[in-house]
Amino acid sequence: MDGSNATSVDPRDADVSGDLVTVELARSDQSALNGAIAPSRLRLSEVIRVGLGSLAARKLRSVLSALGIAIGIASLVSVLGLSDSSKSALLDQIGALGTNLLTVEAGSGFGAGDAALPGTAVATVGRVATVEATAAVYSVGVGVYRNDLVPEDRTGGISVFATDPGLMGALNGSIAHGAFLSEATRAHPVAVVGAVAAERLGIRNLDTPVELYLGGRWVEVLGVLEPFALAADLDRAVLIGDHAAETYYDVELAPTVVYVRVDEDHIDATRDVLAGTIDPENPEEVEISRPSDLLEARSAAESSFTGLFLGLGAVALLVGGIGVANVMVIGVIERRGEIGLRRAIGATRAHIRRQFLTEALTLASLGGTVGVLMGVSVTYVYATTQGWRVIIPTVALVGGLTASVVIGAIAGLYPAIRAARVSPTEALRSD
Amino acid sequence: MNPAAPAIELRDVSKRYAGSPPVIALDRVTVQICQGEMVAVVGQSGSGKSTMLHVMGTLDQPTSGSVLIEGIDTSALPDDRLAAIRGRRVGFVFQRFFLLPGIPTIDNVANGLLYTGTSRSERRTAAEAVLDRVGLGDRMWHRPNELSGGETQRVAVARALVHRPAFILADEPTGNLDSASSASIMDLFHSLHSEGRTIVIVTHNESIAAALPRRLHILDGRLERDVRGSSGC
Ligand SMILES: Nc1ncnc2c1ncn2[C@@H]1O[C@H](COP(=O)(O)OP(=O)(O)OP(=O)(O)O)[C@@H](O)[C@H]1O
Ligand SMILES: [Mg+2]
Repeated sequence: MDGSNATSVDPRDADVSGDLVTVELARSDQSALNGAIAPSRLRLSEVIRVGLGSLAARKLRSVLSALGIAIGIASLVSVLGLSDSSKSALLDQIGALGTNLLTVEAGSGFGAGDAALPGTAVATVGRVATVEATAAVYSVGVGVYRNDLVPEDRTGGISVFATDPGLMGALNGSIAHGAFLSEATRAHPVAVVGAVAAERLGIRNLDTPVELYLGGRWVEVLGVLEPFALAADLDRAVLIGDHAAETYYDVELAPTVVYVRVDEDHIDATRDVLAGTIDPENPEEVEISRPSDLLEARSAAESSFTGLFLGLGAVALLVGGIGVANVMVIGVIERRGEIGLRRAIGATRAHIRRQFLTEALTLASLGGTVGVLMGVSVTYVYATTQGWRVIIPTVALVGGLTASVVIGAIAGLYPAIRAARVSPTEALRSD
Repeated sequence: MNPAAPAIELRDVSKRYAGSPPVIALDRVTVQICQGEMVAVVGQSGSGKSTMLHVMGTLDQPTSGSVLIEGIDTSALPDDRLAAIRGRRVGFVFQRFFLLPGIPTIDNVANGLLYTGTSRSERRTAAEAVLDRVGLGDRMWHRPNELSGGETQRVAVARALVHRPAFILADEPTGNLDSASSASIMDLFHSLHSEGRTIVIVTHNESIAAALPRRLHILDGRLERDVRGSSGC
């Protein structure tokens, strides 16, 4: 039974075994050839040397085409670097100032003009358990001038506010020259000048006593402030003591703005109850904002600019890549003779392809490296002049180099394939 | 590789270029070049001499027929195996030299070994020896633009020799040279021949051809006449 089984062979099996014999023969034939002549071989170090040599033979052209990539990469790296550096500077600033400051103002909703908060606002806010500090400014409604000869309408956009000595603490402010209001000077006819206001009034320092003509009365300048990061309005203001305002300017002290420092952990909850606390009858008339939100919004706005610049950088990179491709294509046409010769001395198509690809990759990664260095330098120099911490994101470094290599590979691929397809006989015949 | 086989054998080789009308650059050529022979290929311009030389060196493939190099049929070989034959067994010399500009003589010669995987220092050592052989030992570090035409062609010959090829194929090697330089190149080929090298030279020059032991006359792609002193390999 077994024997008859063995003889009844499936015809398809026969076909397969026939094929196997043919394959076997072909293989031994091939291996005989392999034994006869060792394959062409170009060492990796030679691939690189040949590529570099060709580039070195066309220095100017190589440098110019690498420059295109370099500019693209440099702009990408510096945009990323500068954006991160400036963002970190902004966040540092926000962190230093604290995100727990709330400002309370009368809503500008219906009651047009001099809206003010209830006179009791400061006291009631101070009683909220999660409030750490409060300070208020009160609009005085007079002009301030360098002297009594300046026409009344030329206020220079400077407003006059009354305030209490607690303002500096609540706002984390600091003094550039002189001193801030104290319990002692709160009732005196003296003034403290905001940073921008000082500039507009021409006050550089207080080495010699300076007086201002404020609401028809001469007051002595007690101090000049550094800019407030979280209360830019006060930079354009001259501040006088709240008691002095009552005494000399006959002002009723209804707060224009109340600054509230809140327990970090209860900011939102406090924010929700403040309006009702200040004005239980018309809580919607009270407007509460968080200045640090503005800075964060600014940082977000800068991020969207970053996106735009990144797009421009990518376009520059693309143009650089096209430049490399262009130079490579021209090279293939010009160097037909060289290609033919290389084929004649034993280069395979793959060797030729590899050579041209290596040249494109070398150009692009050279450009990429220079671009990264340029981008880092630009970031370093600009961030340093801005007083920012220099931050170069790793993604910019790695991404810059990777992008240039990828661009080089893409730019080199087509020329390399073309070079490999050049017919050696035609190449050697052509001039 | 069969030592008894002819260095090159063309069996019924044709090369057609499609087009209207199609060009038959080689028309059923059958010829054997024996080991150690020195052969001239002569014929009018456009008769197919360069095509034949390229086909002999596997730089070009025939449309039909087969080319045997040292007994190996190259018809079905892929690109990389043909490249290996060129890189190791064939030495080409061209009318237009094709030295790479900007690199010194020694490296142009050493390039003859570039695609064999030989190390750079070995290549240079071999190149030095060959440059001495062709009488350019004192021009190793000159660039191509610092050499005369005759010297340039001798560098190209050295490059074709440096990998110890089975044979040398020269396409009008004296075509761009004055008569003195031509004579010195031909002297070089004759002395290489007397050392036992196999050499095929395409030439237009009657007197150069007349001085060679064997002449293949090509006319319109056909092997018109095969003139030689003795017959067979
Ligand atoms: N790529 C091609 N396409 C079409 N025809 C071609 C091609 N290459 C060569 N030919 C033709 O083949 C023929 C033989 O060319 P070949 O270069 O071998 O001649 P040759 O004998 O070397 O001439 P010369 O002495 O001028 O160098 C010529 O008629 C030429 O026009
Ligand atoms: Mg020719």
